[in-house]
Amino acid sequence: MFDELSDLYQQVILDHSKSPRNFRPLEQPSRTAQGHNPLCGDNITLYVRLEGDVISDITFQGSGCAISRASASLLTESLKGRRLAEVKPLFDRIHEMVTTGQVGDGDLGKLAVFAGVHKFPARVKCAILPWHAALAAVEGKGAPVSTETVNP
Amino acid sequence: MPSFDQIRSDFPILDQQVNGRPLIYFDNAATSQKPLAVIEALDAYYRRDNANVHRGIHELSNRATQAYEGARARAARFLNARAPEEIVWTRGTTEAINLVANTWGMANLKPGDRILLTEMEHHSNLVPWQMLAQHTGAKLAFLPVTGDEGLLDVGQLDELLTPAVKLFAFTHVSNTLGTVNPVAELCQRARAVGAVTLVDAAQSAGHLTVDVQALGCDFLVFSGHKICGPTGIGVLYGRCELLETMPPWQGGGDMISSVDYYESRWNTVPHKFEAGTPDIAGAIGLHAAMDYLDRLGRDRIFAHDQELARLAYEELSRLKGIRLFGPKTGRGGLVSFLLEDVHAHDIVTVADQFGLALRGGHHCNQPLMKKLGVVSTARASFYFYNTTAEVTRFIELMREIQKFFGV
Repeated sequence: MFDELSDLYQQVILDHSKSPRNFRPLEQPSRTAQGHNPLCGDNITLYVRLEGDVISDITFQGSGCAISRASASLLTESLKGRRLAEVKPLFDRIHEMVTTGQVGDGDLGKLAVFAGVHKFPARVKCAILPWHAALAAVEGKGAPVSTETVNP
Repeated sequence: MPSFDQIRSDFPILDQQVNGRPLIYFDNAATSQKPLAVIEALDAYYRRDNANVHRGIHELSNRATQAYEGARARAARFLNARAPEEIVWTRGTTEAINLVANTWGMANLKPGDRILLTEMEHHSNLVPWQMLAQHTGAKLAFLPVTGDEGLLDVGQLDELLTPAVKLFAFTHVSNTLGTVNPVAELCQRARAVGAVTLVDAAQSAGHLTVDVQALGCDFLVFSGHKICGPTGIGVLYGRCELLETMPPWQGGGDMISSVDYYESRWNTVPHKFEAGTPDIAGAIGLHAAMDYLDRLGRDRIFAHDQELARLAYEELSRLKGIRLFGPKTGRGGLVSFLLEDVHAHDIVTVADQFGLALRGGHHCNQPLMKKLGVVSTARASFYFYNTTAEVTRFIELMREIQKFFGV
């Protein structure tokens, strides 16, 4: 009876929300960033280890809804091994995808499962929160980010 | 007297499909739906009688004034106030509380005074008092809530209700817990130490009989839109003796009796609190809503709401990993809950896909959420047009949601 929900809660998303990957703190991280949506209670901390400008390890901790957990989990899988300069262009594509449903050119891999989120305007902020935190980590910003007070 | 299954057709909005399923509207604590009687009263006013009120000499202004003041008299009867002059129109509960804080509060509170609230207040019955405390140097104190069961710890009143307490403001029915507070007892206790009382009746006025004289309160506030009326209109009831001594709040037309360049004289109560053109249509719509509710009977409405809440609570409590908030018995028409390992917003998103309108979040109760150690809950809130069949469907969906998220 839940076929209608597959746009939002794809199997990959359910899997990552139940068993999030890289869900642990990192000792002596090069960067950390916090994403916090106090109204819904989503709260994640990203830990990043850099070797030069390459993200050699990235993990997260926190609590939240299925969408924000799965998004954070898939984010860590996707960013591991990437160069810092790749994060902003990827952020822009994810942002475009979750707000419009457009996936754009080039394969987004598993991240494409979030394309359905755009049909659920109230949940866009959940999916994009970890990405705002990643951007803050890359830019070395210390203050927690939120996607509740601004347009996600 | 119409039966509750006959009145569904009075609410055109209920007869629709949402996401391909019949709408089940369980977000009544946020706002209620409107019967045809209210929609038609607004329509008739704008079609036939629309004009500005007071001081108009022409026919339409007379009609609008009569309807507007007639609604005030109706609101007085609705609350069993002693006179229409005890009814001040506001935009809603929030504005009514801000009015009291800014007039009575600013005129009467000084450093060292206390404002007693409870731990279960909606932000609207908390933030205005925080602002008042900042301005006046008065201090806030809180009557505790007893954990998940959500009752007021009345035993602590002895200690908290000191002569320093100038105001005791509390909710009649909690919008998060469903608790029905012993208003008459609390008012009596407050009176014994000379404290003024304000009752937030936002969740009670449309659900049960509210008699300000029997309750013995000084102020009582509610919103029209939660009791089948339009948005934008609400009521501040104030005991005449208090209203008379209070300074006005907003300045402008209608709240004055005479104006000079350098000073003005205030109009009589209640008009001195109603600056500018009021929500005339809103008052007229609310009049129709009060008539509608009283035709059904508020005691019958409450019995119906309570039965749905009892059924929902009982059925939900059978679910694995459920956490229920609020009293086990005697609750008002709502249930607040959490399912283990499923976030409230996921519950609400999935429910919506099946036409079921719930609410998930902090319900404008952030401090209470912190106290309970949660960030949000899911809430189903009922009204007289809801049915036991809808509650059964709701429970079925919660079971499916647990399966879906693998709980």
